Amino acid sequence: MTTQVNDNRFDEAALQEQFDATIEAKDRIEPRDWMPEAYRKTLIRQVAQHAHSEIIGMQPEGNWISRAPSLRRKAILLAKVQDEAGHGLYLYSAAETLGVTRNELTEKLVAGKQKYSSIFNYPTLSYTDVGTIGWLVDGAAICNQVPLCRTSFGPYGRAMIRICKEESFHQRQGYELLMTMMRGTEAQREMVQESVNRFWWPALMMFGPPDDNSPNTEQSMAWGIKTHTNDELRQKFVDMSVPQAEALGVTFPDENLKWNEERGHYDFSTPNWDEFWAVVKGDGPCNEQRLNHRKRAWDEGAWVREAALAFAENQTAEAAATPTAADATPAAGVDTTTPEETAK
Amino acid sequence: MTETNPGSTSAKDGSAVGSTRGEWPLYEVFVRGKRGLNHVHVGSLHAADDQMAVHHARDVYTRRNEGVSIWVVRASDITASSPDEKDPMFAPSGDKVYRHPTFYDIPADVPHM
Ligand SMILES: [Fe+2]
Ligand SMILES: [Fe+2]
Repeated sequence: MTTQVNDNRFDEAALQEQFDATIEAKDRIEPRDWMPEAYRKTLIRQVAQHAHSEIIGMQPEGNWISRAPSLRRKAILLAKVQDEAGHGLYLYSAAETLGVTRNELTEKLVAGKQKYSSIFNYPTLSYTDVGTIGWLVDGAAICNQVPLCRTSFGPYGRAMIRICKEESFHQRQGYELLMTMMRGTEAQREMVQESVNRFWWPALMMFGPPDDNSPNTEQSMAWGIKTHTNDELRQKFVDMSVPQAEALGVTFPDENLKWNEERGHYDFSTPNWDEFWAVVKGDGPCNEQRLNHRKRAWDEGAWVREAALAFAENQTAEAAATPTAADATPAAGVDTTTPEETAK
Repeated sequence: MTETNPGSTSAKDGSAVGSTRGEWPLYEVFVRGKRGLNHVHVGSLHAADDQMAVHHARDVYTRRNEGVSIWVVRASDITASSPDEKDPMFAPSGDKVYRHPTFYDIPADVPHM
């Protein structure tokens, strides 16, 4: 028995070494590889949270599909929201390679045991918000997601590549919507500015807590799951967004936002982290509504999932009971072609 | 199961023992990007049966002309090599260098080689 234990310990050390070498070489970890349990758990938490965000993220915009101002806008919004459903599914599929089931993840979400991005706990008060979300929220998501295409876990990186390809449409349709409104009446321009004022700070908070209050970042970077810190990405987003705001003709609600020649970056105020933590902990404007809606869809869809399964089982049983034409024909693999036919 | 096999590793901490009761089976999806290319694995999805799996794959993985043909196969029907067999299984590509074109020295001035 003693030797057995020693062997296992030796094996584990060798496996850890192989894992470390793969990470070191910036190669990818694949689902059937050995990985430390903490790495697996961190990834399950992150990928699940990401998947939940895509799914919950359909609600604030989906809210406006039936009230889109034109058929063109409706078609665009439908396609965008459908993409978000797809993003959620790519990510659940990646999470499942880590040994969890999708049902399990959904049940944890509706029970409030797993989180999603706090940005979706803010309401969409007018159609303008569809444009602002596309520009700033999808824009921030792109900033976050592009580096994740090179994350160390293969299936997660591949899901991110698919997602990033689709996100650029999301951002551009939003910006174009706002541009159209800025060319409209004074009232429409005011609506855009008001909407941007509401979404700017929550968008900055999408990058997560500041680095000195983000205990998991260091380990995630050592594992190659993350490649940039929250503050690095937030800065990058601010730097990208300011010229876009100028081109659009709107301002961001921050009097300290100005170019810092020395740093080569824009300076900006500290987001209200108390608000951030309150929303994360469930006290945002729409937390309850979002979760209740998801739970209702899950519960009310149960009979559909069950019926489809029962139907499939019946079909299989029927097929097994009925002798098919195949039974009357020669066994599979027998070539019935005559030489004459082949010659033609 | 290809990508989706949690294998023995995750069963250890019980994380794989989810509520699979009533869950639609898992399918792996392969898409041919365009004529002339192989089908390539793109991900997985759940469906009650094969037909539904094809429909879902169409909606989830090919919303923008990403493919001209889709294969779906139940994940439980896939047999895969195990990572432990890596060495003996894939050794020939490593030690039989003569299988690779770069093994052969051809003068640089020979055209179209
Ligand atoms: Fe998305
Ligand atoms: Fe998006």
